[in-house]
Amino acid sequence: MGAISRGFSGRRSAADVKLPPGQYLTTDFPVLSAGPTPHVLLDRWEFVIDDGTNVLRKWDWKSFRELPTETITVDIHCVTRWSKFGTSWEGVSLDTLLADVKTDASHAMARSYGDYTTNLPLKDLKNKQAWVAFRFDGKDLAPEHGGPARLLVPHLYLWKSAKWVRGITLMNHDKPGFWESLGYHIYGDPWREQRYSGDE
Amino acid sequence: MWRVGTVVALHDETATARTITFEVPDWPGHFGGQHVDVRVTAPDGYSTVRSYSIASAPSSDGRVELTVERLPSGEVSPYLTQELALGDRLELRGPIGGWFVWRTQQTEPIQLIAGGSGIVPLMSMIRTRASTGSAARFQLLYSVREPGAVFYRDELQALSDKDRSLIVTYVYTRVAPANSPRPPGRIDADLIANTTWPSKLAPTCYVCGPTPFVESVAGFLTASGNGPNKIRTERFGPTGDRK
Repeated sequence: MGAISRGFSGRRSAADVKLPPGQYLTTDFPVLSAGPTPHVLLDRWEFVIDDGTNVLRKWDWKSFRELPTETITVDIHCVTRWSKFGTSWEGVSLDTLLADVKTDASHAMARSYGDYTTNLPLKDLKNKQAWVAFRFDGKDLAPEHGGPARLLVPHLYLWKSAKWVRGITLMNHDKPGFWESLGYHIYGDPWREQRYSGDE
Repeated sequence: MWRVGTVVALHDETATARTITFEVPDWPGHFGGQHVDVRVTAPDGYSTVRSYSIASAPSSDGRVELTVERLPSGEVSPYLTQELALGDRLELRGPIGGWFVWRTQQTEPIQLIAGGSGIVPLMSMIRTRASTGSAARFQLLYSVREPGAVFYRDELQALSDKDRSLIVTYVYTRVAPANSPRPPGRIDADLIANTTWPSKLAPTCYVCGPTPFVESVAGFLTASGNGPNKIRTERFGPTGDRK
């Protein structure tokens, strides 16, 4: 420990035991976005899986919503240090979306309306770890929280759960996305406190 | 890497906000708009971290200023704004953030729009512009509840008096002073159209404040023709600190 802060006592709570290091618990749902909230019309919405050259799969809103959905209850962790327990979502598993995609890709770049991007290892999108979510807490996902649909990858810091997601590009190597190019960690595991580039 | 900062000056900006100046050996410098993580540690080893925007321009003397608004039920901000005393030490990590920043090589017109304590990172940009002698044209539209809630008023006045390419406009949402050109009210589409750079000048816009404020202002900016890629936002709350 580097320095004792004279006169600081702080609050400790039993909930802290479930928290990743350096996080604190909140009950509301703060918003963090780099720019204006895009407002995407459902009849223009699409979700595309490509390999950088060819479109491999593509859904419009209607065909996307015909896919089987799952309800997910998970804890979420934002790099700005708040965590929220037991959030409830409905979405389509990436296992479903990737089911018919044959690929040797090692990584994926999630792409959003508004040009946000974030990179992930492809294996982190598989095996019941990632969804394209369109409902939160029983209601349609609000635009400021990423609606109509956002990526949900709750085992990584929330910036990896790209709001307003419009597709993923499969890649044969890792490449930094938006925040990853601006000083944030390339992978972002909250339990290893991988906040910033240079963190182990 | 965490660095120990020693409190070398304290100044109350308003009844609820305080500017804290730290001396941080080996501070690597920063850009206007960046923030720091602040770690406070109790005598029994319990510690917690919050992020705060930097208020000062980069300087060569290793000094970093933060302005912290007190959240009544916060865990850290009441300590920083009420308990902290000269000579106290705590830890800082940063600077952090490469997006919501103004760099001196930017020469395009700059539109800053602050809601409440959202002024802090924008003030760092204004101070950086002044200290580097940049000729970039800056406009600040600063929305506050009432006259007593304004941060940095005298300094903003002095800076804009001596430099006509810095224009400051106040918007009072609850109580306006007698000489105010408009009655109390929120920023609306007309005010954005009349008191910000025309979109044809392709200004870069920086908007910082509470989430609903940023949502509405960013909407007015895009509606008046500013490209979404020219609008950078930083939001706080409703939490920002532990309830």
